[in-house]
Amino acid sequence: MRSERFASRDRRELHREQLISPLPELGLVASGGPNDPEPELVVVSGAVLRMDGKDAADFDVIDRFVVAHGLDLEVAAEAMALEDAEVARRLVDVDVPRVELVRLARGLTPAKLARVIGLLDPVELMLALKKLRARRAPSNQAHVTNLKESPALLAADAAEAARRGFAEIETTVGVARYAPLNAIALLVGSQTGRPGVMTQCAVEERRNLELAIRGLVTYAETLSVYGTEPVFVDGDDTPWSKAFLGAAYASRGVKVRFTSGTGSEALMGYAQGLSMLYLEARCLAAVRAAGSQGVQNGSISCVALVLSVPGGTRAILGENVLAAWLDLEVASGNDAIASHSEIRKTAKLMGQFLPGTDFVTSGYSVMPRHDNTFGGGNFDADDIDEWLTVQRDWQVDAGIEPVAEDEVVRIRERAARAVQAVFSELDLPPVSDEEVGAATTGYDSRGMPDRDRAADVEAADELLARGVSGLDVVLALDRNGFGDVAEAVLSMQRQRVSADYLQTAAIIDSEGLVHSAVNDPNVYAGPGTGYRLEGERWALLQSLPNVVDPLELTGGEPEAEPIVVERGEAVKGDDPAEVVVAVGPAFAAAIRRTIADLHHRDVLEAICDGVREGGGVPRIVRVRRVADVAFIAHDGARLSGSGVALGLQSKGTAVIHRADLEPLDNLELFGMSPLYTLESYRAMGQNAAGYALGKRVGPVPTQLDNYARAKLIVRTTLLHARETQAVVAGAAPVELELAVPVPST
Amino acid sequence: MSFDPKRDYPLGTRRPDLVSTPGGLPLAEVTLDALRDGRIDSGEIRATPETLRLQSEVARAAGRKPLAESLERAAELAAVPDELLLAVYTALRPRRATAAELEDWAARLETHGAARTAAFVREAATAYAERGLLAHA
Repeated sequence: MRSERFASRDRRELHREQLISPLPELGLVASGGPNDPEPELVVVSGAVLRMDGKDAADFDVIDRFVVAHGLDLEVAAEAMALEDAEVARRLVDVDVPRVELVRLARGLTPAKLARVIGLLDPVELMLALKKLRARRAPSNQAHVTNLKESPALLAADAAEAARRGFAEIETTVGVARYAPLNAIALLVGSQTGRPGVMTQCAVEERRNLELAIRGLVTYAETLSVYGTEPVFVDGDDTPWSKAFLGAAYASRGVKVRFTSGTGSEALMGYAQGLSMLYLEARCLAAVRAAGSQGVQNGSISCVALVLSVPGGTRAILGENVLAAWLDLEVASGNDAIASHSEIRKTAKLMGQFLPGTDFVTSGYSVMPRHDNTFGGGNFDADDIDEWLTVQRDWQVDAGIEPVAEDEVVRIRERAARAVQAVFSELDLPPVSDEEVGAATTGYDSRGMPDRDRAADVEAADELLARGVSGLDVVLALDRNGFGDVAEAVLSMQRQRVSADYLQTAAIIDSEGLVHSAVNDPNVYAGPGTGYRLEGERWALLQSLPNVVDPLELTGGEPEAEPIVVERGEAVKGDDPAEVVVAVGPAFAAAIRRTIADLHHRDVLEAICDGVREGGGVPRIVRVRRVADVAFIAHDGARLSGSGVALGLQSKGTAVIHRADLEPLDNLELFGMSPLYTLESYRAMGQNAAGYALGKRVGPVPTQLDNYARAKLIVRTTLLHARETQAVVAGAAPVELELAVPVPST
Repeated sequence: MSFDPKRDYPLGTRRPDLVSTPGGLPLAEVTLDALRDGRIDSGEIRATPETLRLQSEVARAAGRKPLAESLERAAELAAVPDELLLAVYTALRPRRATAAELEDWAARLETHGAARTAAFVREAATAYAERGLLAHA
């Protein structure tokens, strides 16, 4: 039998994804797999004879490399002798400093590392990550690509990303030969947005090195590693070749970050029956041994596979913690699409977002995901306001700054103009004014004019043949009135000479100062220590463009003509048909409209009309001693000749009351003030008269909007505050009359 | 000219006196004026082996031995031509080179003063031989 509720849930986005039960023999188990080895290290006379269930003779390339370059045997005996639970406790003990934990990690085998991480629950993992992050302050990385490889749009997006505070920006190519053009657009755009932003163009290694040598990019994170030998070899590398490549990049002044992540071995078919987290521990041990300053990890492109098994999200957070524990800079994923479900992917994000990592995402899609050629866009251009709001909600810095629309438009246009000038100066196919305009204010590349792509790639080849470098870009900017951008690009060239950004977790501020784990380390040691979002930065991150001054929300009409006039103290009436309409202290005075924007005169008239239509006689009084609608109504009822009154708060909430009821009881309550029309108030008046005359009365039909509160609670609060400000303690109620309207001229 | 790896980082801002381009131009003179006057060419925009060695010392002093060793290899490779760099990388990929070829590349690296990197290549050759990752002769 089909339940309509189950059927409704089946149609949710979440159900596009498959969840599977674990299948360890294919590596489809998040952590603690049945085939994962027991942690083990046998060292005799300085030689490792056994590690994690294998004799030295059976060590594969990863084991050999880790033993040769990673494992610190001076620490190993002490560290391996510690109970798993003892090490796990130290990870979350704020009194055990990061430095000490990093020292212990140097002596732990991959199986031990994975075992200890496996003991931590999600909140413990977050605390450990907060402690173990390398750099003091978190930051973020952006993706900037587009399907048309439009240079104006790349530059504009890079400028916006830089202006929004991203410390690194990554692009790639659809067509490999475009690489130098995209790298130039990214370099020019980023330095227009904010000096000091690092850029990369993810392409094949030889091309990448060439871009680096020419000073067109400053970092690379394309060096992938895997946790089993067959997958490593299928990736056409070994730990030695990757380590060599890392040093080669560094020798050309490129910041290097390796890439790994859970799930890749299972996806590539050789997980050897081992759990995702254990294999990632092997990857990370190899990354550290290779001398990489950092790693992009957190499952990355395999994230949806890891999320298909139980504990997947936890294992991904676990691998981020593991990387930080191994003293690596962490760019923590959240780039590839993790889920169709907004709830699920945001829940996953919190693991990195709340503790903060060196780069909370390894690619936030600054443009709409339609244009994300990395296959990324887990969070994209349309999500930025949500990201900013969640930062503000939690008082957490996740690396994106609010920027006003005018400023974004200004910086985008300037970057598009700058790249137009550079293309012209370097004799590249021209960037038209039309392209500049579309890049400045357009949504995505579908709105960009088409370029002659054959001419572009030809020009790109020729550009490389001419030996064009970052310095030529500097001169082109300088000659065309972009002196400040020229200085910024030159400053990035100077950074290559001093090579400070090769140290762990380095980013560059707008003054050109490098902040890395060396000179700006994370020293979190519990409440009140480490990086805290406060002061100017907190002021910046809470000032979203859509934030309004609450005083502007309830602006009255102080000079407007009177709605009511007071006629002295109200006394008890004696007409049995009388219905008192009791209004709040601020009604038709400090407040003149309901939350549904109905004018108080119109509301009073509608109610009085309704009372009369119901056979009653309306009388208006103002209750001054209280602001609560129940007491306003009950006070009114006690003045009413019939004993029945309709109480009305200034925001529009109403109650029909009777004198013999307890104040907090009532005949009918109308709490959905945002939904009421004048017709609603007329019907309330009719019902009140019905009760007064002792007729049978059916309740006024009401609607329900459960979102009204979320939408209007701020205005409700502000309106109610005005009502309570108008309260006069102990004051007697007063008679009111509708004022005669001033004839309009 | 003494250097304290625990205090003198970042070199670019704390010890620019220790940093120069491969042609000997001090870091402070890498300016827009110098570029306009044609006093800098693109070959000058890179870290020297000496600068990379200083960075290696910084990493070592911060307790990061594998990073320090990688930066030492980088210092050696700064003097190695691009083509040789890429050729050695290719040779280190799985089953690309025989033991003898890897030995030849190691020797070539030594002629450029890259002794540590040469030893690294020889170490790879040993591991590859045991794991079947050498090319068949």
